[in-house]
Amino acid sequence: MSAVITATGLTKRYKNSLALDGASFQIGAGRIVGLIGPNGAGKTTALKAILGLTTFTGELSVLGLDPRKQRDQLMEQVCFIADVAVLPRWIKVKDAVDFVANVHPRFDRAKCESFLARTKLQPDQKVKQMSKGMIVQLHLALVMAIDARLLILDEPTLGLDILYRKQFYQSLLEDYFDENKTIVVTTHQVEEIEHILTDLMFIRDGKIVLDTDMEALGERFTEVLVGAERAAAARELKPLDERQVFGKSIFLFDNVSRPQLEELGEVRRPSIGDLFVATMKGTYA
Amino acid sequence: MKTFYWLVKREFWENRGGFYRAPLITAIVFLVLNLMAMVVGEVMGRRMGGFHFTGEVDTLSHLDEHGLAVAGAALDVTLYGFTALILAVTAIVVFFYCLGALYDDRRDRSVLFWKSLPVSDTSTVLSKVASAALVAPVIGVVVGVLGGLVLALMATIVATLHGVPLWQFLVEAHPFRVAFNLICLIPLYALWALPTIGWLLLCSAWARSKPFLWAIALPIGAAVVVQWFGLMGIFERSAQWFWVNVPGRLLLSIIPGGWVRYADNLDHLDKQDPGSILNAVGLSYHYSTLASPNVWVGAIAGALMIAGAIWFRRWREDT
Repeated sequence: MSAVITATGLTKRYKNSLALDGASFQIGAGRIVGLIGPNGAGKTTALKAILGLTTFTGELSVLGLDPRKQRDQLMEQVCFIADVAVLPRWIKVKDAVDFVANVHPRFDRAKCESFLARTKLQPDQKVKQMSKGMIVQLHLALVMAIDARLLILDEPTLGLDILYRKQFYQSLLEDYFDENKTIVVTTHQVEEIEHILTDLMFIRDGKIVLDTDMEALGERFTEVLVGAERAAAARELKPLDERQVFGKSIFLFDNVSRPQLEELGEVRRPSIGDLFVATMKGTYA
Repeated sequence: MKTFYWLVKREFWENRGGFYRAPLITAIVFLVLNLMAMVVGEVMGRRMGGFHFTGEVDTLSHLDEHGLAVAGAALDVTLYGFTALILAVTAIVVFFYCLGALYDDRRDRSVLFWKSLPVSDTSTVLSKVASAALVAPVIGVVVGVLGGLVLALMATIVATLHGVPLWQFLVEAHPFRVAFNLICLIPLYALWALPTIGWLLLCSAWARSKPFLWAIALPIGAAVVVQWFGLMGIFERSAQWFWVNVPGRLLLSIIPGGWVRYADNLDHLDKQDPGSILNAVGLSYHYSTLASPNVWVGAIAGALMIAGAIWFRRWREDT
């Protein structure tokens, strides 16, 4: 696995808080990585560091380049959608396409136009006349027409309705992603990206607290539905989390052998949402 | 180079209203006002019994060469005057354009889109400098000269209606020469305006909010402090020197023609003859300003402030 991003001891201090606290991680080519964390955990700061939009200490190499010093070169290979609806309000669809086509060497105009043809966007429409969902459609069409090696998405679907959200991730998978591309995405709507991720990273208080690929995740974490009579036995195996549903208990285990757990009750794969809640317990307390 | 062209084009798209429509509308309003004045004049003239030239027409059509030259020069002065009016509007537009150029997109967060493209912050800022110092004034000059020609045409038509065929004078005007001279002055203008453009862009790139207030308050505040405490005494200069050279140059150099106080003096001029005035205040007169260190020191300060604006554009975080 050739690394697209290698971070070692990434630290960023704002005036009175530590946004990144020695975070280290590696992201390989051809992966779709979900960077998940509670509000204020340092997700956006980590992405800004990768994009060369902020200063930091520690080491960071993105596609072999230092984002602090070689940002202009880096941006030829890296694309990002930071937040929803950041396109300038005065720009027209055709002007946006024209502009990107002429300043970005890896932009494929025909591709962009075919993406746009699938939407209701009109060439003379200005961004200020569009709904939030339409702005994202335009932004996505521009970005997907760029043959970049790394795509960073920071809450790209926040505030969109479910039709736009589903369509967003579906287009990414069908028309964009391939083994040469890498996507890093942060979002709070974990359930929606669960099925497209190949890797998962949890970040908390500026540190990476979980970094795993989705297959290993299924082997490592197990959820067991246990009847009241066996709950005590389950608790002895030190579950990460316990919650009650209809008189039964659901336990979440990390690295406990599967046959052992199957004796206790019905075993299943935990959802990322449940895993997240269990891992982040006490964050806001 | 191609990227830079598109960056400038982007500035034009975004500021079409200021760069292009504002001068155009000013020109139209001014022409309409003139037209109304002419109509009022006609009506008043009729009421007074009307007037018609008879005898003088003959002398007018037999003007000697010198007389024609004077008439042509007078028309050229009209063109210059009209353009000056338009350029004053352009100056106001450019002032506010510079203040918003590196601030507005931070405020609405679209800077995140621009920064996602492989365009260096240096080219971005320089494209804004070029738009302010070159593109906007060129548009102003073109609109001004064309508007001045329309004004001259209107006056000619009115005169003709009264039996004074001024058409031959119209031919004596030199719209292309006027436009050429003004275009040639734009590099000087750019050099002169650089401290103001640089300062406004610096405030625009640096301020977290209200760049206008910072841009005005800092130099004026500094000048007030200097005056109160007589700080310039240390350098054996007056507080007035500070007012003229610091707040004045940081905020007002955007006004075209401000450099003439540093140009050669014109004491020997024959003020009765518009032709000789025009010749005297030609390009070489204006460019004699370059002998003054004031222009160069200002330009260097402007360049440094633009460098500062580039640095802030690269590293300012507030999104």
